[in-house]
Amino acid sequence: MDASTFGFFLLAGLLVISSLLVVFLRNVVHCAMALVAALLIIAIFFITLHAPMVGILQVMVYAGAIMVLFLFVIMFLNPSVLERPRAAWWSFASLLAVLLGAMLVPLFFNNEPAADPVASTELFGSPEMLAKSLFNDFVLPFEIASVLLLVAIVGAVVLAKRERSV
Amino acid sequence: MLPVNYYLILSAVVFAIGVVGVLIRRNLIVVLMSIELMLNAVNLTFIAFSRYLGSMVGQVAVFFVMAVAAAEAVIGLAIIISVYRQRRSLDPQDMQLLKW
Repeated sequence: MDASTFGFFLLAGLLVISSLLVVFLRNVVHCAMALVAALLIIAIFFITLHAPMVGILQVMVYAGAIMVLFLFVIMFLNPSVLERPRAAWWSFASLLAVLLGAMLVPLFFNNEPAADPVASTELFGSPEMLAKSLFNDFVLPFEIASVLLLVAIVGAVVLAKRERSV
Repeated sequence: MLPVNYYLILSAVVFAIGVVGVLIRRNLIVVLMSIELMLNAVNLTFIAFSRYLGSMVGQVAVFFVMAVAAAEAVIGLAIIISVYRQRRSLDPQDMQLLKW
């Protein structure tokens, strides 16, 4: 087992453990911290998969902005009451997880090493290539995404604003 | 180079963990966090295929998924705040106004 395979399994184990912690820890703040760990590990995966731009965006947008928003809402609402376990859903959830896992079984028997299609081009994944693809082929979705973000801003302000009695 | 299905298996496992979180947790904030986890598992699949097919389209798709996820988190948290103001609870079981 060479170094890259070992690194993959180490990071994969850490990712699975931190995702399990997100789901099974009782304290909401601890869940948020575990989610930050999981998102950072996924960012490392992105960078090792020749997507440095997306990896940096992942750190900035998810581990930065979205998690700060989550922590702010946790602080704002201060859910001090520990939740009661929901017994009836446990069987259904574990059944669903086993089903999703069973769909993976064919993947385990199909592990020929893939050809490396991008070994020749060093530019792959660079911000230049991402920008070329984004602003040539995907200009319209890009503009729609900006409109979506504007709608989200306005909607969040309207939803979270305290209603005045008229 | 590792086979692509290592990444597929890893992201599917993370996705399944997120599904379990949505189903068994009784705290709306943690449910939203599990949804973020599921979206990130899908992003990992996109990036892995983009690497193994040598195409940038996967990375562009991840870019858009991130934008949509940010909007979803913002709106979801705003809804949680507004629901908490009315019900004084974060338990999804308490939101059964439409339940017959």
